[in-house]
Amino acid sequence: MLSYNEKIRHIAKKILAEGKVEIVIGYRRGTLPMINEPCFIKHPEDVTRLIWDRHCGINLTNYLTQRKERIGIIAKGCDSRNIITHIIENKIKREQLVIIGVPCKGMIDRHKIASQFEEEIQKVKEDGDKIVVTGGGIEKIWKLSDVLQENCIICTHRNPVIYDELVAEPVAEQKDVNRYEDIRRIERLSPAEKAEFFDDLLASCIRCYACRNVCPLCYCDTCFVDGSQPQWVGKSQDPTDIRTFHFLRAFHCAGRCTDCGSCERACPMGIKVRTLTKKLEKDCLELFNWEAGIDLEQRPPLTTYNPNDPDDTFR
Amino acid sequence: MNVIKIDKKTWTEGIGRLQGFYRLIGPVKDGDFYQFKALEKGESPDFSMLNTRLSPKSIIYPQSEVMFEYSLDETRDDCHVIKEIQVEYSPQVVFGIRPCDAKAFLLVQRNFETPEYKDPYWIRLYETTALIGLACNTPCSTCFCVDAGSGPFNDAGLDILLIDAGEYYYARVNTAKGEKILKDSGWSEETETKDAELAIENLKQAAENRITARISTDRLKEKGVPDLFNAPFWEDVAFACINCGTCTYVCPTCWCFDIQDEVRGTDGVRMRNWDSCMYPLFTLHGSGHNPRDAKTKRLRQRFMHKLKYYVDKYNDGIQCVGCGRCINLCPVNIDIRKICEAMNGFEPEQKSI
Repeated sequence: MLSYNEKIRHIAKKILAEGKVEIVIGYRRGTLPMINEPCFIKHPEDVTRLIWDRHCGINLTNYLTQRKERIGIIAKGCDSRNIITHIIENKIKREQLVIIGVPCKGMIDRHKIASQFEEEIQKVKEDGDKIVVTGGGIEKIWKLSDVLQENCIICTHRNPVIYDELVAEPVAEQKDVNRYEDIRRIERLSPAEKAEFFDDLLASCIRCYACRNVCPLCYCDTCFVDGSQPQWVGKSQDPTDIRTFHFLRAFHCAGRCTDCGSCERACPMGIKVRTLTKKLEKDCLELFNWEAGIDLEQRPPLTTYNPNDPDDTFR
Repeated sequence: MNVIKIDKKTWTEGIGRLQGFYRLIGPVKDGDFYQFKALEKGESPDFSMLNTRLSPKSIIYPQSEVMFEYSLDETRDDCHVIKEIQVEYSPQVVFGIRPCDAKAFLLVQRNFETPEYKDPYWIRLYETTALIGLACNTPCSTCFCVDAGSGPFNDAGLDILLIDAGEYYYARVNTAKGEKILKDSGWSEETETKDAELAIENLKQAAENRITARISTDRLKEKGVPDLFNAPFWEDVAFACINCGTCTYVCPTCWCFDIQDEVRGTDGVRMRNWDSCMYPLFTLHGSGHNPRDAKTKRLRQRFMHKLKYYVDKYNDGIQCVGCGRCINLCPVNIDIRKICEAMNGFEPEQKSI
């Protein structure tokens, strides 16, 4: 995917110079290994700042919400699905966008590598299908496929589903992916075991809301956890309030989440927050045969009424 | 300032002895990272960490802290009377504080203990806590403690500084509290000679030489507040910011809190919780007006506070100790080093960075 850089810069330069867009949203090189910084480019001569590699895991759709200008945006499969959701939910207009599609082979999981590397990581280099990590006088080599983000390992939409430009030929989609093995394991637990599982899952949460704020779906003017008149949720470190935040946030994302993995990537405590959103994604697939962000013409299942709803309550 | 030599063979024994006198807290590996936790009987602090994921500020300043309690039960005589919560403050000893984090306690003290205002909750915990530091022999690439007015062997804010010298620790004792702890531990009472100071100096030099992260703060003071406030670079540096609370919550020097009442049935408490200047509600007025109604304004506030307002108000450096946590944990790679350079080097006629 390193070879995409030139093409991305070329397209960005072109659409800026031709006046098709006022800004291009992409990534610039981060100051640390395994992280790049979302940025915007206004001038064609600055496009050399744009970079693309396996550390572009943050979903850029989050930066589109309610912007007014014409925008070029770099979008991998998941970002493109969130762009569709954004358009459906009136957070941005299709006409405002020039979508620079990026066929994606997966992003590296920085938490996974850091937790398996005892020293401070100083350099991370991609070498074919390997990743070479150095720091503190040691070197470790992993197979790329072993250190990808969990959501990328089970991704079935690596190619953008909507785009105006494509930086490379589409990549092969992964087939026969077992997306929900972990969720089925949790579903089989007894209520007491589930309670314990969720307690452990969320025990280290510091309520920084990075998972929520990095999520393109979470754009409410005032989130239910922040509102104080009325106040729905306590603001302390009480585990009940922390659980309430995470569970309700996941429900708000039901039928909208594309499993882009930004929430998990962003969490400073390494909490596997996707566990919650994935369960709802699974339910939407099984109950409504629904995948979010595939079709501009269809509304998410929780905002529609269907006389054939599988649940008696709604029929 | 005495230096004592502690043979590592006697370390666990001393920790055990101290457990008889104090509540002990220290770094413990917890999943994928290190956290400060109360040490169980027989447990020793784990010094193999580079540093803990979260700073030790919560030991003195918990993320959620109940201050008062009250009853809404009108049949009670003390209905609606706000009473201070009764907490027992037993002496505690924290092991493994890195010098940057130790200095941070002195910075936070500026907020909680002033000539005019004394925060009883913070002060009581601070006074009943002894801080035992661990010098950094191998600082990380994001450590800029030296330029932030501290250093890998700095002992400001510490009762004792431990220096790992292989088979033994050197312990530099700074306070009477520290002396008492060493006495209670039974480690050693023999004061070391000049050779020890020389050995420490050598280790310190080696550690400081490893520090590669630098920031410039020398010109922050001379900059005009309106110039920096209106500088054009904020839009660029704030773009990626998602306005989460990570940087403020992992920061050892961020001290802001929010006060909340929580009632269950007729029992109520008034508590304070950490707050973050990144959150929109932080400055939302009762009128509905919000002077920091956009993320760029909120990000600017965080860095203006740390690198300009604080500098101007206290004339004692920046409100940052260079621990590097915010750099390492920011989900979108906002880097205080870059922003500090932009501020320090800013000239008003400049159009962009």
